Amino acid sequence: MLALAVILLLGGLAFLIGRWRGAALAPAGGRIGAVHSRPVYHGAYVALLALAPALLVLAAWGLFGGAVIDERVLSALPTDARPLTPLDSGAFMNEVHGLANGDFAAAFNPDTARAVPIYQQMRREGDLATLLLAVALLLAGGLWAISQLKPAFRARNRVEAAVWLALLLASIVAILTTFGILLSLVFESLRFFELVPLSDFLFGLKWSPQTALRADQVGASGAFGALPLFWGTIFIGAIIAMLVAIPLGLMAAIYLTQYARPRVRRVLKPVLELLAGIPTVVYGFFAALTVAPAVRQLGVALGYADASAESALAAGLVMGVMIIPFVSSMADDALMAVPDAVRDGSYAMGATRSETVRMVLVPAALPGIVGGVLLAISRAIGETMIVVMAAGMAARLTLNPFDSVTTVTTQIVALLTGDQEFDSAKTLSAFALGLVLFVITFLLNIYALRVVKTYREAYE
Amino acid sequence: MNAINFPANQPPDRISASIVPKMTARNIDVFYGAKQAIRNVSIDFSREHVTAFIGPSGCGKSTILRCFNRMNDTIEGARVTGEIRLDGVDITSPALDVVQLRARVGMVFQKPNPFPKSIYENIAYGPRIHGLAASRADLDGVVESALRRAGLWDEVKDRLKDSGTTLSGGQQQRLCIARAIAVDPEVILMDEPCSALDPVATAKIEELIDDLRGRYAIVIVTHNMQQAARVSQRTAFFHNGAMVEYGETSMIFTNPVQARTKDYITGRYG
Repeated sequence: MLALAVILLLGGLAFLIGRWRGAALAPAGGRIGAVHSRPVYHGAYVALLALAPALLVLAAWGLFGGAVIDERVLSALPTDARPLTPLDSGAFMNEVHGLANGDFAAAFNPDTARAVPIYQQMRREGDLATLLLAVALLLAGGLWAISQLKPAFRARNRVEAAVWLALLLASIVAILTTFGILLSLVFESLRFFELVPLSDFLFGLKWSPQTALRADQVGASGAFGALPLFWGTIFIGAIIAMLVAIPLGLMAAIYLTQYARPRVRRVLKPVLELLAGIPTVVYGFFAALTVAPAVRQLGVALGYADASAESALAAGLVMGVMIIPFVSSMADDALMAVPDAVRDGSYAMGATRSETVRMVLVPAALPGIVGGVLLAISRAIGETMIVVMAAGMAARLTLNPFDSVTTVTTQIVALLTGDQEFDSAKTLSAFALGLVLFVITFLLNIYALRVVKTYREAYE
Repeated sequence: MNAINFPANQPPDRISASIVPKMTARNIDVFYGAKQAIRNVSIDFSREHVTAFIGPSGCGKSTILRCFNRMNDTIEGARVTGEIRLDGVDITSPALDVVQLRARVGMVFQKPNPFPKSIYENIAYGPRIHGLAASRADLDGVVESALRRAGLWDEVKDRLKDSGTTLSGGQQQRLCIARAIAVDPEVILMDEPCSALDPVATAKIEELIDDLRGRYAIVIVTHNMQQAARVSQRTAFFHNGAMVEYGETSMIFTNPVQARTKDYITGRYG
């Protein structure tokens, strides 16, 4: 922390010196162009060259220094005091860290007490060496930068290039992360498909992921037919939820764009969009504790005695409500994009508001609305908390909304919570499920965005 | 004999007084919020003549046009006072049903605005919502005759299923005129119908307007004085929200009474 403050302070000083030197290049009141860049760019250039290497060194030490010290502390210990396995080493060094920082009053493992002074000394030396290296780099970079400053030096262009590079890196981080996630999904899935054939996974009708840990274990055969999961996902996310969200979202959008006075719209639209800000876990327990029992009672009242306490209908209804603002805001955009001239043309023919909406505006906005619905579906099938809490765990192919079903996301959560070993088909199947979900939502998003885009172009 | 009350500044001999007016407007004021867009305008027009509204941009000629089919109702904060009658019946009262009014008073807009539907459905729209066709064959007949009257039939008869937006600008505007006349209105209001069109398409629309004269009372707003001179028999000149002069087109363009009209006609401003 102190090291960072020192470096930043020196960096600030480098900026001031650079600016001062830059200002000294030209006499006050000189004509434009006598010095290529203004003093502030000279300052920024010097600060950049001084700070960048120094901060990199500090960051590298911060990221990897701890591991290097731990390694060296362990190897510096006498052989009899060393922990035996990597797992023990972790616990051992945790204790050393705790003792060194004063978090623990006394050593549980007496060997750790011997390691503490070694650790402390290495830490001190390492920190100091890093700081010295950083300051040396800072001085070198700064001095070299100052030596370059001349009236013709293009400091402004270099600073702009550095800004461009920084922004580019920032935007690439998200993309690279997505790639990383995709790669890890693909590799773990490949391991899964070595154990279970792809066709069994995609088209099998039985999902029972328990595999035997011991050869003599009973009832643990392991079946990885994911079709019931896909069906449950579609049943809840793409059917029941959409039966709620499409009509309500569309009607809300029609009201807000065509009927509401501007003042009402100004209030209602943000309130509706607030629904999208409710954490999904809140929807989840609302579904599990309030809606699901009511749905069960309804099922029983309708004569279905086996109505489950967790049901596709309960999860789907609440998910539909959650998706309403999504659908309505996309439909709102689509309806607003229809030119006023078209609407006026309909009014001028003597059409009423609802005739105009029904016969002109909605058909005209339909591609945009469809795109919005597709995006909403892709969101709904990836949604997790509501289905985990309200849909149940029973993997079954059923059309009865009062039955409990399970979804891809619910199963992933179930597979990856608790103690897992990463060489069993049970755990690896979660990655295969994740990959399928990723591919489906990815394709849906691409298609939906294309629909929306071509639609926007049609009216521009 | 129905004498027409012309504004006080109009000598009566400028208008033949033997014609029954289709619409009459008296003392019209229009406000957009606190801003007054139209000041005390009184004007009549009839089926026998095409009436042109001319004047510089922002003079209120489109605003007054939109009073005749109550399109100002659709603008938030717009308020119209005064009296407008269609065949002697007041149309400004809130009790009047704008659906029926707009079936009788059609409108064509500045920019062609066909619905994003097929050519056939564009024309069939009005007859459908007003229940004018009893059967599909009826509707086919209405569509064909509207397209024929708009001079578009021969160009589109083989592609009635194509979208109206695939037509050229001039064809789109004639489609909009056909759409308006498909419900057989009594008045057609045209708000600068040629301002987005090229000269050839403009000539076709002007020809069409001339064909339609006598069957419908036509009012055309235009910023193009040559167009007003070509297609209209009556011209009203507006300036700053007021009607400066109204009379026979030939007189307005050759021998205007008001100095401001003369200045505008001769290109001093506008």
